[in-house]
Amino acid sequence: MSGGARLENANPVIFQRSGERLLTASEEDEDVHDPIDDREIFDLIRSINDPEHPLSLEELNVVEQIRVKVDDAGNTVGVEFTPTIPHCSMATLIGLSIKVKLLRSLPDRFKIDVHITPGTHASEEAVNKQLADKERVAAALENSSLLEVVNQCLSTRTI
Amino acid sequence: MRGVGGVRGGTMAADSTLLLSLVEEFVSGLQDSKAKDAAKGVKDGQFTVLQLVEALGLSLTSSQAPTRARGVQLLSEVLKECYGELTEREVEVLIAFYENRLKDHYVITPPVLQGLRALTRCTTLPPGSAVSMLRSLFQDVHVQSLMLAERACVYSMLINLMETREAELKGLGADFVFGFVQSMDGERDPRNLLLAFQIAKSIIHRGYDLGKFTEELFEVTSCYFPIDFTPPPNDPHGITKEELIQELRGVLTGTPKFAEFLLPLIIEKLDSDVPSAKLDSLQTLTACVSQYEHKDLAEFLEGLWASLRREVFQTSSENVESAGLAALTALTSCLSRSVLNSDSEDSLSSFLDLILKDCKHHLCEPDLKLVWPSAKLLQATCCASNRASHIVTAAVMPSLIDQYNSRTQCSQRRTLLEVVQRFIQSVKSSQSSDSDESVLSAFREALCSVMFSALSESDSSLQITATSALTSLAQLTGLLLDSDIELAIDHLTRLLLIEEDGRVSAAVVECAGALAELHPAAFIAKLIPRLKHEMFCEPMAQDLTEPSKQHSHHAMRQRCLSALAAVSKQSSVVQDSTPVLLEVLSSAHTGSVSFSVDEVVLACHSLQRIAEQVEDEEETGRCFHDVIIPRLLSLALQAALQGEGSPGVRSPLVEEAVLSAMVPVISTSCSRLQPTMAAQTASRAVSLFLDGDVSFLPDNSFPSHIQLLKKQQGDSWSQSQMVCLLMGCVCSLPRSVEVPQIDQLLSALEEMSCTCSHQLSYTSAAKCFAGLVNKRPPGDSLDSLIQRTMKRVCSELDSTSSSVRIQAFTLMIWVAKALLLRYHPLFKTLTDKLFSLLDDTDLGPMAADSFSLLMSDFTDVLNRSCHADVRIMYRQRFFSENSAKLVQGFNAATQEKKSNYLKALSNIVNKLPKQVQVTELPALLSLLLEALTCPDQGVQLSTLSCLEPVLINPPPALIQQLEALVNRLLALLCSPAMNVRIVSLRCIHALSSFPVHEVLPFRARVLRALAKPLDDKKRLVRSEAVQARGEWFLLGSPGGR
Repeated sequence: MSGGARLENANPVIFQRSGERLLTASEEDEDVHDPIDDREIFDLIRSINDPEHPLSLEELNVVEQIRVKVDDAGNTVGVEFTPTIPHCSMATLIGLSIKVKLLRSLPDRFKIDVHITPGTHASEEAVNKQLADKERVAAALENSSLLEVVNQCLSTRTI
Repeated sequence: MRGVGGVRGGTMAADSTLLLSLVEEFVSGLQDSKAKDAAKGVKDGQFTVLQLVEALGLSLTSSQAPTRARGVQLLSEVLKECYGELTEREVEVLIAFYENRLKDHYVITPPVLQGLRALTRCTTLPPGSAVSMLRSLFQDVHVQSLMLAERACVYSMLINLMETREAELKGLGADFVFGFVQSMDGERDPRNLLLAFQIAKSIIHRGYDLGKFTEELFEVTSCYFPIDFTPPPNDPHGITKEELIQELRGVLTGTPKFAEFLLPLIIEKLDSDVPSAKLDSLQTLTACVSQYEHKDLAEFLEGLWASLRREVFQTSSENVESAGLAALTALTSCLSRSVLNSDSEDSLSSFLDLILKDCKHHLCEPDLKLVWPSAKLLQATCCASNRASHIVTAAVMPSLIDQYNSRTQCSQRRTLLEVVQRFIQSVKSSQSSDSDESVLSAFREALCSVMFSALSESDSSLQITATSALTSLAQLTGLLLDSDIELAIDHLTRLLLIEEDGRVSAAVVECAGALAELHPAAFIAKLIPRLKHEMFCEPMAQDLTEPSKQHSHHAMRQRCLSALAAVSKQSSVVQDSTPVLLEVLSSAHTGSVSFSVDEVVLACHSLQRIAEQVEDEEETGRCFHDVIIPRLLSLALQAALQGEGSPGVRSPLVEEAVLSAMVPVISTSCSRLQPTMAAQTASRAVSLFLDGDVSFLPDNSFPSHIQLLKKQQGDSWSQSQMVCLLMGCVCSLPRSVEVPQIDQLLSALEEMSCTCSHQLSYTSAAKCFAGLVNKRPPGDSLDSLIQRTMKRVCSELDSTSSSVRIQAFTLMIWVAKALLLRYHPLFKTLTDKLFSLLDDTDLGPMAADSFSLLMSDFTDVLNRSCHADVRIMYRQRFFSENSAKLVQGFNAATQEKKSNYLKALSNIVNKLPKQVQVTELPALLSLLLEALTCPDQGVQLSTLSCLEPVLINPPPALIQQLEALVNRLLALLCSPAMNVRIVSLRCIHALSSFPVHEVLPFRARVLRALAKPLDDKKRLVRSEAVQARGEWFLLGSPGGR
């Protein structure tokens, strides 16, 4: 972040991070099958970095566990995300980062749907359409400067 | 010539021909080595410098510039060797000659400078010559047109002269500074820059007159700020960026005269996008203000504040943020230092006003991002001085306290309380020892009521924050009243008794520990009696039937026990808390109050913790020696004499868990005893165990014929297992303490460890034997003892039908451990036996496991705190002496025995220090890779876990084997054991941080292979796979790595 640049939202509301998922005995049991659940999907995306702030999407409340739906048997995942302000220019980028993270982290049997929480963004439909379009997502990732920003959002932060 | 000349008169003629030929060969023959010979000649007194000059005559006056240069070069090189032998007169002549040569052709300049440099080293430098040399130098030479080495020559001339002729140079006035500025202007080589910065630093620190050239000197050095330098690979000069930064910082921050130039420069550079430039600017700012006064800063304060605020508000790295905060603290303390004039405004308070104006309102928005940066900035000013913390806390505390009281959401209250706590901490760090009035005394009451209300909340994180705030508040000397402490104890006690949340009770216990150190009397009077009462209170009969009530009663006791340990740091508290813990043990034994085995174990842990942490060792040592150890032995003996009924009926004090918990109590306290008490403990313990002497035990109603170390009737173990307590006593004493009846004791222990069938008994006897052997003085008696024992052990091991092979093996491995630690030569016979056992059908796997025992440290015996004889690096030594044998054994072994060798090897490598692993790995790599294909999951796991740390900094040998490594790791992803899958995923993750060009070829293959574990049935495996795959995706991708 350059020193001179002004942020769109310099003082956002910060939300508390949820703790690490508690380990259960069944998770350590070799023979039990652990289904992929909402919390597991949420854990994949909550630590994605915001493109502007040194904060995670969870801390900015862009993603919430209640807005994550997974159907393990039906092979579908649905994620709604909420931009911090209705005119946030980063919405597409955030959506793309979530989508890419899920594509890299989930078995390919899943159909992944990422869209904006209804009524929280000015150009909701346009963004949703872009994110749902497989070819446009693929094309976006061919663009190396866009891929660079996405990768930065997905890097584990080293402080 | 001088004195010796006459004596040597006879050889003069011969010498002068020699000299002439040397000159000829050097100047015309271009034989550089002749300079050495000439110098040697002068040194040995064969000829003088004057004769050399005469001999050089023709070359020095030659019309050919290169010839003149060659001539001067010979003279200079001779002077370089012989400058110490010149007279003042000679030096004067030479300087005049060299100064004159500076005006000559440019090819002559390099040797001239070398000559001058040699002359600057002379102690006989005549007065005035330093000045004249420099004048000619500055006048006739343009330094920056010279080559690297000649520039260095000029700088070292300056350095030499500044060392020895400081007064003369200062006489030059500002001309000297100007000359230097001109000389270094445009310097580019880092080696020369280090020299130039050194000169500039001396100019500043030694008070040379800068005159009107202050700005020039600043300009010529500050143009390198911030330093951007990456040393070339394999740089032979070893100059680092950090070195240059430090030297330049020394120059720039050296004088307040630079303030007007430096501060705007820092403000400008802070705007940079390069993090290292920001960091350097902030650190330079912190360094420079320590020299400044407020008048130097005045006009830049607003600009500096704006930059610092921006860096902390919008920071992207923690380094920059903390450097910014440190700079703000330094600025504030500079302003706090300056003395106020009646007419000038108070610059500190106006600066703080500026900060408060920008930050204070953010403290009222506990949900928003800027609350923390604002708080940190204000706290940074608080740390700077007592006065600053007065001003800032007076401004922010009332509103923080108001906010806390008016807000209702727990998360907001917690943030506010955390902010308050950090303020308390920063006030603490600014508190000077002599000020009696605390900065926060005006807020004492309000703060206490905030803490206590937070402790009464139901939100656990709020409670936790409140305990740490209370701890910080109590650290401020003289702030809290006795009544506040009593109230605090009430709150802490209440939480200890009822709070079920583990994190809260851990925080409460920690807080109680911290407070008890400061106010022991209040804790003795209030907390301990109350906890005792509650612990010994039997739950109601109807509660016992309800499992949840029973559970909460157990948890309450658990918290009380750990609180008792935490508060016992001062010996006055120990006197009151340990009787409670002992009473737990005795009630558990008699059954008067029922305590579970777990609770008894915890009571022992608490005793052990007290023994470890007490501050007053002598007094507490006496308490342990007189009361606690005899009491523990007595209780254990009473329980043992009752015999082993079925579990539940028998006393909990015969349980292995309880005894094993008693051992560290005894060993920790014995290891810290004063020598006389230690000797007494030793003789009491030995006479109890060997002779059945119970006279020192309290509650003495024991039968007279106790024989704890003799074979018991019908293999009864309740008495024999008490040998572990004997080990606690005698194996942890200082080595100077003589153990009485040592020979009888050792043979009784050997007998027991070879014949007893109860595992705890024979293992403890073996450990006790080993602990004593480790401390025996070297010599024949020790050697024959070991040989005797080995003979017995071997005869048992060699008879495959023996019923006590395991016992014999246990004794052998513990003795081996004792000897390994002290590098005893007989250790080798034991290792040979151990290696041969790797091929044993029954004991093979056990032998392989025992390598881990040899390499590990134990808390109860054979460690440094037990005063055992432990040589440094015994693990490395064992490894280097035996790894080859293991490899050989592996190659020779049959297929089904190979895994024993691999397991032994990975047990050893696992315990080696990281550096050794890295250096030894190349030799073992192929074997470890082999081990990864071994079907035994234990071997796989242990090999993976010793590979994993090595992968973080991979040695080159590993990179060469990358293909094989990747193949084996990917193959293990299909292992049926989830642990193997998890650790191999971690290893694959670690591979992603290898040098990019090495691992990039594997990217596609690894990503494909990692797709499968993403759908693993175990969540733990999936999450490792996700992390590993994420990193491999970033590899070689823009924005990634």
